[in-house]
Amino acid sequence: MSSQATSAAPLLQASGLEISFGGVKAADGVNLTVHEGEFVAIIGPNGSGKTTFLNICTGYLKPSRGQVFLAGRDITQLPPRSIARQGIARAFQIPQLFTDHSLIDNLMLSIAARHGIWQALSPLDRPEYRAEAMEILELLGLAAHADTLTGTLPEGLRKLADITLAFALDPRLLVLDEPTSGVSSIERFQIMETLMKAMRSRKLSALFVEHDMDVVERYADRVVVWNAGHVMAEGRPAEVMQDPRVLESVVGVA
Amino acid sequence: MPKPLIGLAAGVALLAALPLAVPFMTFVVTLAVAKGFAALGVALLLRAGLISLGHAMYFAIGAYTTAFLMQKTGITDFAILVAASIIVATLAGLAFGAFLVRYRAIFFAMLNLAVSMVIYALCSKLYGVTGGTDGLRVGVPTVFAWVPEKAAFDTFLLYATLGLMLVLGWLGHRYLKSPLGHALAAVHTNEVRLEYLGVSAWSTLLTAYGISAGLAGLGGALSAMAIGHVLPEFAFWTESGHLVLTAVLGGVGGVAGPFIGSIFLELVHVVAVGVAAEAWNLIIGVALICVIFFLPRGLFGLIEGRRGKTGGTDL
Amino acid sequence: MLQTVAPLLMDALANAALIFFVAFGLTLTFSVLRILNVAHGSFYSIGAYVAASAGLFIVGAGLNPWLTYPSLILSAAAVAALFGPLVEKTLVRWTYGRGEAVQILMTFGLFLILEDLQRMVFGVNSLYEDTPMALLGITEIGGVVYLNYQILLIALAALTLVGLRIFIRHTRTGRLLHVVVADREVSEAMGIDTGRMFTLAFTLGVFLAALGGALATPTTGVAPGLGAETMVLAFAVAAIGGLGQVEGAALAAVIVAAARVLAIYFAPELDAVAPYLVMLVVLLVRPYGLFGKAAVRRI
Ligand SMILES: Nc1ncnc2c1ncn2[C@@H]1O[C@H](COP(=O)(O)OP(=O)(O)OP(=O)(O)O)[C@@H](O)[C@H]1O
Ligand SMILES: [Mg+2]
Repeated sequence: MSSQATSAAPLLQASGLEISFGGVKAADGVNLTVHEGEFVAIIGPNGSGKTTFLNICTGYLKPSRGQVFLAGRDITQLPPRSIARQGIARAFQIPQLFTDHSLIDNLMLSIAARHGIWQALSPLDRPEYRAEAMEILELLGLAAHADTLTGTLPEGLRKLADITLAFALDPRLLVLDEPTSGVSSIERFQIMETLMKAMRSRKLSALFVEHDMDVVERYADRVVVWNAGHVMAEGRPAEVMQDPRVLESVVGVA
Repeated sequence: MPKPLIGLAAGVALLAALPLAVPFMTFVVTLAVAKGFAALGVALLLRAGLISLGHAMYFAIGAYTTAFLMQKTGITDFAILVAASIIVATLAGLAFGAFLVRYRAIFFAMLNLAVSMVIYALCSKLYGVTGGTDGLRVGVPTVFAWVPEKAAFDTFLLYATLGLMLVLGWLGHRYLKSPLGHALAAVHTNEVRLEYLGVSAWSTLLTAYGISAGLAGLGGALSAMAIGHVLPEFAFWTESGHLVLTAVLGGVGGVAGPFIGSIFLELVHVVAVGVAAEAWNLIIGVALICVIFFLPRGLFGLIEGRRGKTGGTDL
Repeated sequence: MLQTVAPLLMDALANAALIFFVAFGLTLTFSVLRILNVAHGSFYSIGAYVAASAGLFIVGAGLNPWLTYPSLILSAAAVAALFGPLVEKTLVRWTYGRGEAVQILMTFGLFLILEDLQRMVFGVNSLYEDTPMALLGITEIGGVVYLNYQILLIALAALTLVGLRIFIRHTRTGRLLHVVVADREVSEAMGIDTGRMFTLAFTLGVFLAALGGALATPTTGVAPGLGAETMVLAFAVAAIGGLGQVEGAALAAVIVAAARVLAIYFAPELDAVAPYLVMLVVLLVRPYGLFGKAAVRRI
């Protein structure tokens, strides 16, 4: 699978990204490419700049140097909403939900956003949106919670709910920030199984931050190791895990 | 018939019948519903978590548009006056809103207040256009080919106002249930997520702001016709405070709330004006604080009962 | 040239000094409590009413006219002592952590109440009492006449700015305040009594507003509606400077006052609007004011 992935066209390309907060260089010359159909994992110690990188790729932060391309188009200066419309959807390390809405309303809003939000007189709650929303909820095993206010969902489910919102945008690239943090290691594999199945069925590419080495080994085509704002190593999981520097900097933390 | 519809029909029937029994209620109900439109505008923004302390300016802009057109251009047709007032107020709202909806919370509240104070100052100083502190008189409009007496027009105005309440209330209800209406509430709960869905919070808010200004302008035009006079005080900040109270008191959960709040307040005002005219702002202030303490979902929340399963309506 | 510019400049600076007290109080309260008190302007007008009434009483009773000076300060202190702890402990405290909408509505409700209370207590006529200004007389330098009272106002504003800096840096309470501003959670974890700090800061804010009002009475008097105007003006100044930025407020007060004086002399019809035009221009270029920074949410 990964051999076929690397021969595919580049989907997301980041080159020479730099950003700093005060004295901290959170991105210090980052280069990274995700190909069409590839599942790329990012690992690295806390505070090494993984989330910051995702923030730059999705337009939330502007780098002081460097560029981001999506399928060859420069998206560096675009705001998150434009990048979302061009096909990058994101789930967050801390779930970002409409906490006063039910899960299915959250999802229907995401679906409506994809179809065009400029509808002021037809209802959000309509059969086709509802059907599509239920389909996604079933895919990710959340159908039982459709009518729960997302503000009252337990932490682990909120994380998954956040991912469904990104899913509903029907993106080309799904960016996930620690999709399995805060759950037990058994659940971790269940979640990843469901996610992988869902992503494969939709032929998505994915970029995800993950602390768990076993999850990375099992699900990523390629792994990128982060350290202090730059890429320290990258390659097939099995190879990269042999690298002593990687073991030293990451495994202790994971 | 579903229960809310029965309540609605009963309420509107009561409003329509009350003036038949008590004639001076024609004026009270017309004014209450007219101000209800403006309060509805304020309530729309409250759904997005935005408090405007200056919306009386759009009420005044609508009122002055009607008065100015009647006095200076000789246009007297009811429909044209109402439409023109809505359009002018909406355009003003879009112009100011383009700048104002970049702000949230206290900045939004205070900048609206600041703009409204400029409008108030202009209303009292531009004698040529606004008649200065004396304001402008508003005659009796015509309705298509009909040239009514004052009393007949007042009756017409009452039922026209009630009719508009039903039509616009229904449209407002549809709007709140639509994707755009839900996006408005979403700005409040999670603007970052909304932007990440590809939706511009700025456009979402500007749309609501324009609508809210148009509603306030409509309220102003109808009030101008009911009162027969427009004054700079229409734009004064205490009036904006009144609108916020009306919306919060009635409840911002649905379109009915602001109208309920407005009718309730106007009736209280009729009683209080004899007893405590000097203390009206004090009463409003105390009421506002009490509502925040004891009735976070407003009167409408009381009627509606238990919290619905979706859609944040608390403050 | 100097003959026309110097008095203008003096007017502008004296005006700036008065606005500064109010805006300073507003910005201080905001930086400590993270609440913008919409009723802040009312404390200015209440301070003005109390000071004018006290002044009129002193003069009317034939007491030593110099007593009007301590009475200006005491009036402001009395207003602060009466309203500061009371309002903070009952209304404002209840809104902490309840979202900005509730805070705005609550203080706006208070503002409406205070407006009517002032009308009931002090009537609807304007009060004017200029003994303090008359006592100080004038100074003539190079053929230009200056009001000594205006010089005093400017000096007082500068002293207050410096005094607060010293208070924050060199007293225990001041340093604790600073910690609360810098990081509320940490300061609570450290065991600082933040409730006391909030009461203190709020009362100090009320005092500064009331002091501005009291000091303004000899030059401009006080009339109904002053509270609302002052509130918006103080907000404009605080917003131009950057909400929570004390030095910003000082600079903004000077800019706004200069714009206002220029308007009075060259385009009188723009007088009332000038501060807002300045605010508009500044916020269009820098949405969070001259010294303000946008708070980016970490996601
Ligand atoms: N908006 C910001 N302002 C200031 N500093 C920031 C900001 N965002 C990130 N940082 C800093 O940049 C560095 C990288 O943070 P980032 O969140 O990207 O790390 P991370 O690799 O995602 O860590 P974690 O595994 O804990 O999620 C940290 O030192 C962080 O404190
Ligand atoms: Mg992170």
